[in-house]
Amino acid sequence: MLIELPCPIPYVLAMDHSNYPNDYIRGILNSVKTIALVGASANPARPSWIVTKYLLERGYDVIPVNPGIAGTELLGKKVYGSLAEVPAPIDMVEIFRNSEAAGPITDEALALDPLPKVIWMQLSVRNDEAAAKAEAKGIKVVMDRCPKIEFGRLSGEISWQGVNSRMLSAKKPVLSGKGFQKLSLNRP
Amino acid sequence: MTDRLPGFDTLAIHAGAAPDAATGARATPIYQTTSFVFDDVDHAASLFGLQAFGNIYSRIGNPTCSVLEERVAALEGGTAALAVASGHAAEFLTFHTLLQPGDEFIAARKLYGGSINQFNHAYKNFGWNVVWADSDDPSSFEAAITPRTKAIFVESIANPGGVIVDLQAIAAIAKRHRIPFIVDNTMASPYLIRPFEHGADIIVHSATKFLGGHGNSVGGLIVDGGSFNFAGDDRYPMLSKPRPEYGGMVLGETFGNFGFAIAARVLGLRDLGPALSPFNAFLILNGIETLPLRMQRHSDNALAVAEHLANHSKISWVSYPGLRSDRYHNLAKQYCPKGAGAVFTFGLKGGYEAGVKLVSNLKLFSHLANIGDTRSLVIHPASTTHRQLTDEQKTQAGAGPEVVRLSIGLEDKEDLIEDLNQALDAA
Repeated sequence: MLIELPCPIPYVLAMDHSNYPNDYIRGILNSVKTIALVGASANPARPSWIVTKYLLERGYDVIPVNPGIAGTELLGKKVYGSLAEVPAPIDMVEIFRNSEAAGPITDEALALDPLPKVIWMQLSVRNDEAAAKAEAKGIKVVMDRCPKIEFGRLSGEISWQGVNSRMLSAKKPVLSGKGFQKLSLNRP
Repeated sequence: MTDRLPGFDTLAIHAGAAPDAATGARATPIYQTTSFVFDDVDHAASLFGLQAFGNIYSRIGNPTCSVLEERVAALEGGTAALAVASGHAAEFLTFHTLLQPGDEFIAARKLYGGSINQFNHAYKNFGWNVVWADSDDPSSFEAAITPRTKAIFVESIANPGGVIVDLQAIAAIAKRHRIPFIVDNTMASPYLIRPFEHGADIIVHSATKFLGGHGNSVGGLIVDGGSFNFAGDDRYPMLSKPRPEYGGMVLGETFGNFGFAIAARVLGLRDLGPALSPFNAFLILNGIETLPLRMQRHSDNALAVAEHLANHSKISWVSYPGLRSDRYHNLAKQYCPKGAGAVFTFGLKGGYEAGVKLVSNLKLFSHLANIGDTRSLVIHPASTTHRQLTDEQKTQAGAGPEVVRLSIGLEDKEDLIEDLNQALDAA
């Protein structure tokens, strides 16, 4: 039995953006494949570069978006200047910009066809107005969270760093099959 | 899945620990290895660049130690923790992460004698200057603040026992001046007091004491409360400035609310080296599983012994906040209603000589310089732990010549009282 803290609230109700149920986050990370990362950086010291690399290693198809470095390659992936220029359907838009910039980026995401399934704003980024617009179109929204930290927390990887994962389980963590130091999101 | 937060006792047993992913071993394995094989060259680069979670080398992190870290982080209600070789190492790495040469920090005068020495003497070599304040008078902390003050440090229950610190009053001052508030929670353990709930930003532990609890392993913990925002704060360059050690990474920004714990690990533990052995981590983890049971018994036994001594003809005073007449009793009711801990002091009418005699007459109490063992312990601070302090410092630290300190263990309280009676009769 996996005991997950804090108390999950079914997300069919209005989402509490201060307290996401673990199943909500896990469901998103399990269902998306193509992630457009807006605010990608070519600097390996920046959190956005680190998250891009981590998500690529976990099998996500990360498409970097940044008009300043459009046309270059970042971690082997072509960088696009805007969401509209990305030639493939996008499952999740990950916003690595400040809270204010998250508004117009969400508008761009809502103009995509097909619509993304998820809009995810990075740790410290929160724009409730943009979130409400996206949710009105049936899009799931996550704010003020880091997908790398969430993946690490739900899989158990982050525990190797002494971080309080707020997860208790009497079941084994599951190796992801891609090496000894990668764990699967899907703990029993 | 459950809809309620697990209780403290459940966390004490389960937090951080799961059956081993490779073998199913249910007890946390002792990963007695220096190093960990990388999955491939790219994985190695990711680990060294702090871009992936994982294990490299046991000076920086070890899977047995990380279970201990998460366990204590969960019990304290923090975001992350770092296990180190001792409580002293925990203090050292905490200040190393916060202070630059020429900086100051304010510390309560009533502290473990070893901490007083570390702050007064060892830190001078680094240019870190301690300024002392009186924990019974929170305003003395505010009065000591200067533009170079980078931290405030107190013990929740102060060694050598009997002092409960008004954490909320000092935390309010720290918050007002945007200074991290560090609490050494060794004497209370999170079972009795959870300092983050009272405004602490960072907690340090000597796990040697009640967390381990069996007198068999030296260890320390630093716990990050996640409450102090270091990002963008120029006063704390280890967290707010690009680090040349990591290609210009800004740790406080990259790791958010557990950035302090990461910085203490990757700038402090990595480069200075006081790592905890996995074997010690294993023993401390075993101890923590029974922490709630032990702390209650420690406190109940200590109250019974303190009540007995308070009525003894050869004793002039007993300083134990569990006693109704004690000056700290109201603070004890506020901060640690379950009990006031195992450690307290009393004064002998016969002074220094009577203290020395009592220690040698006791048969069940062990004469040694530790606290928080299953066994009951006794020490005469003036002739041992606080010997290096001046007479004035001894008195200020609650360790005058007539003072005896007890750390009450888990034995039958009747046996402890009988041993004290025979030793006092002969003293």
